[in-house]
Formats: sequence, structure tokens, C-alpha cells
Amino acid sequence: MSGTVDPTILNLVVFVLAVFVGYHVIWNVTPALHTPLMSVTNAISSVIIVGAILAAAPNETDFGSVLGVIAVALASINVAGGFLVTQRMLEMFKKKQAKKESGK
Amino acid sequence: MSANQLTLWYLVASVCFILALKGLSSPTTARRGNLFGMVGMTIAVVTTIAVAAHGRIDLILIAMLVGGTIGAIVARRVQMTQMPELVAAMHSMVGLAAVLIAIAVVNNPVAFGEHDPLPAGNRLELFIGTFVGAITFSGSVIAFGKLAGLGKKFRLFSSAPVVFKGQHKLNLALALVMIGFGLAFFMADDKGWTPFAVMTAIAFVLGFLIIIPIGGADMPVVISMLNSYSGWAAAGIGFSLNNAMLIIAGSLVGSSGAILSYIMCKAMNRSFFSVILGGFGAAEGSAAVGGSEQKTVRSGSAEDAAFLMANAESVIIVPGYGLAVARAQHAVKEMANKLIEKGVSVRYAIHPVAGRMPGHMNVLLAEAEVPYDQVFEMDDINNEFGNTDVVLVLGANDVVNPLAHEKGSAIYGMPILEVAKARTVLVNKRSMAAGYAGLDNPLFYMDKTMMVFGDAKKVVEDIVKAID
Repeated sequence: MSGTVDPTILNLVVFVLAVFVGYHVIWNVTPALHTPLMSVTNAISSVIIVGAILAAAPNETDFGSVLGVIAVALASINVAGGFLVTQRMLEMFKKKQAKKESGK
Repeated sequence: MSANQLTLWYLVASVCFILALKGLSSPTTARRGNLFGMVGMTIAVVTTIAVAAHGRIDLILIAMLVGGTIGAIVARRVQMTQMPELVAAMHSMVGLAAVLIAIAVVNNPVAFGEHDPLPAGNRLELFIGTFVGAITFSGSVIAFGKLAGLGKKFRLFSSAPVVFKGQHKLNLALALVMIGFGLAFFMADDKGWTPFAVMTAIAFVLGFLIIIPIGGADMPVVISMLNSYSGWAAAGIGFSLNNAMLIIAGSLVGSSGAILSYIMCKAMNRSFFSVILGGFGAAEGSAAVGGSEQKTVRSGSAEDAAFLMANAESVIIVPGYGLAVARAQHAVKEMANKLIEKGVSVRYAIHPVAGRMPGHMNVLLAEAEVPYDQVFEMDDINNEFGNTDVVLVLGANDVVNPLAHEKGSAIYGMPILEVAKARTVLVNKRSMAAGYAGLDNPLFYMDKTMMVFGDAKKVVEDIVKAID
């Protein structure tokens, strides 16, 4: 056995471990928060914006970089929308608790 | 900043994303979790722009500003009953972004630090990321249309399953052709534009075809599934860009969606494949009304219901989607407050598929400022019905149907809320119409059951007036 490890293999290692982490973390999410879970995962999957930035980055503007700019805009909608709507929902779960504590 | 430093920053961002999800294990830590998510995203975006962008940073920033503003406005304006539509729309954007990025990679691999033309290994990964992204996009558009009730204008978006003969065979054939073109792209010597374009086009069509036969009742599964797909699409792009952060974030989202799909399927007693193959509600409606004997229901007024509840020691409220449609959450909360003032113990029992997406009902109740420690999940409260005086079922049907215990019924084995065990059951419905499953509900004919017909909001408001 010799030589360097193919990057695809390393990617696969990361992938399998991440799925395991995901599996265990997600089962611990309380069912009451499954809707915020969906909106926040939506925001997180928009980290694809990193790829979009690379696509939009080259010096010469061409067909690919135009698509990149569009992808940046699409992903940005999700990033902002996803995190903010999650925050809005979680505020609702918090408000009542604060009220309840002050009521006690 | 070097590529090594960039990768380390990406590691920090990845950890933030994991912490964001971990925070959701309890409502008290969830807000902090969301903050971690935002920090992670900021790190990812800022470091990427700092390192990778040499050219038109201005364009990138403008695009981010425009997108971010639209996202922020939507997030602020959207109503909580519309969350499923919003989530479906957001999935479609992740899918489309993945496809656009993939096209850009084929066009100019050097910009992504790859060789030109793209090596075979990266092509395989790119192929997977692209077709999953394309299916996510078109599937989510259909799901959005169905959820937003566009079916009246376009039959394609009908919430009733759109089925035709040979549908599954067509899908299978298309999938095989798509994989064939994917292989052609994989083996092409040049950029491989033609097979790539054909493959992507077929994937878009497949996304439409996979979702149109799925009925409205199965939407919770579909949104969860598309959630999962959007994650796998991101992971696929991560593979082709050799970007560990994208792979990690994508896998987290992918497994999250997969687990939610599993939970929803289980709660509806449906196998994942029967959902995907579609047509629920059309096929099983025939087995609906069983005996032809006249069954009598006892019906009462809102005043009767108010009297029963006000004189009870314990009340459990079972909200269903009908409640949300009638926008009665606030009235329910007011009713609960009045009962609590009278010394009645009030709790809410939530079935996993009470809303149109996982956890939807919890959010709707939270919006009405119902304290979340009064809200219980099915497994936590099912043992309590036996020693509860009054159960009030508001706009729910299949999830409280005792037929689920009877062998041979269409919903046999589905986990239900055991409301039939309570001493008195009050059921509010608009009419005696059957639920999604098209089944009659023996609960309505029990001696201890009293039906209160009418619009949920009106009935609850009348109850509030009557409690004094």
C-alpha cells in the first residue's frame, strides 16, 4: 500500500461520520421543535452558498459566474429567511415561559 | 489566508452547525442553538469571500443583499399556518442553487480549484449532486403548489393525487435513462455538456412526476423527504468541490429530513414506499362506510360543552388541523385560561401528524401563547386519558379513530390518541364527513361522546362565553 489517499475517500470518511453525528443529534430534538428543526436545517443546507460564491468569483464574467451570482442570491434568501423564521418561532416558545415564570 | 486556514475555519463553522441542531433538544436552549447556526454561517461566508473571491466581489455582495432582504421580509411576514409552504419554497431554492453551481463547475472547473476538464471521480459526485438538486427543486415546487392550495388554478398542483396509467413504469424508465446519461457524462472526454444537460433536464421532470401522485394527507412526509433531499444535494456538491463543511452540513440536514420522514410515516402507519408510490385517499376510500345500519350520534350545543368542561377536574384538548384552518388557536387559549381559573387542569395532546408538517401544531399553539409545558406529545399523554374527565377534540378525526385497533381496517396499527378512554368525549367537527383516510369514526357514536357541530372558532368562542 502506498501513495496518498484519494480526496474522495477522505470525503467519504467525513460523510459517514457526519451522518452518524446527524442521526444521534436529530433523535434528541424534542418533537415540539420539529418545525423549527426543518427551517433551521433549511438555513444550514444553504451553506451551499459557499459553492455559489466560488462560482461567482472569477475575474472574467461569463455564463458560469452569472449562474453563480444567481445561486448566491437564491441561497441568501434561504440563509436569511431560514434563520430569521426559526428565530421568530423560537421566540414564541420562549415568551410564554418567561411569562409563566413571572407569574409564579 | 491559506487554504489550510480556510479549512480550519470551515471546521469551526461545521461544529457551530452541529451545536445549532443540538440546541433544539429543548426549548430553553434552542435560541442559543439558532445563534450558533448564524455564527457558523457568517464564518463560512466571510472566510470564503476573503479567500476565494478575487473578481466581482461587488456582484456577490449585491446578490447577498438582495437575497437576504427578500428572505428577511418573508421570514417576518409569513403566517405560522403557512410554514409548510415556506419550507417547501426554501427547499426548492437549495435544489436550484445546487444545480446552478453544478453547471458552473462543468463550465469552469478551474474556478473551484479542480482540473479542466473535470476528472472522472468528481464527475460522478457532481452527477449525484446535480440530479438530487434538480429533483429537489421541481419536487418542492409541486409540493409548494399543493400546500399553497394552487390546485384550483392548475391541476398539476391539485392536492388530490394526480395519477395516470403506467406512471411508475414511466418514472423508472426515466430514472434509468437519466443514469445512462449520467454515465455518458462520467465517461465523456470533453466537458460533457450534452449528457449533462439531458441528465439534468430528466431529473427536473422526474421531480415533478414523483411528487404529483402524492396526496395532500401525505404532505408531512413529502416535506420531510424534500428536506432530506436538499441536504443530500448540498453534500453531493460538497463532494465534488472537496469541501468537508458542505459535506457535513449536507449530511446533517439529510439525516434530519430522513428521520423526520420516518417519524411521520410511522405516525401515519404508512410505509415510505407506499407514500412515494402515491394515490392515498383515492384507493382506500371504497372501504369506507361499513355497516348500513343507522347509527345515532348525540349532539349538543356549545353551552352543554362549556358546562361539562367547567365542572370537570381535568380536561385534555386534542387540536387537529381543522383548528388551525379555522384560526381558532387564540380562542382555544382563552377557553383554557378560563377553565384554569376555575381550577380545571387543562392539557393539550398532540399527535405527530396533527399539522401539515412535523411539529406544526406545536408552533401554532406556541403562537397563541399556550405555555409549552401544557402541551404533551402522544406518547407522553396517552396513559392519562383513562383518568381524564373530559376530552375536547377540535378538528381532528383519523388520529383519534379507534378503528386503528381493529384488524382489517385501513388504518389498523396507526398510533392514535386514546381519547375513547376518557369519561366524556366532546368532538367538534363541521359535519359528519370522514377524514383523510375516508373512514367512519366509531368514536362519534359512543355513548360517552357528544358532538358539537360548527366552525371550530365559532364553537370555541361560544364555549368561552358560556363558561362563567
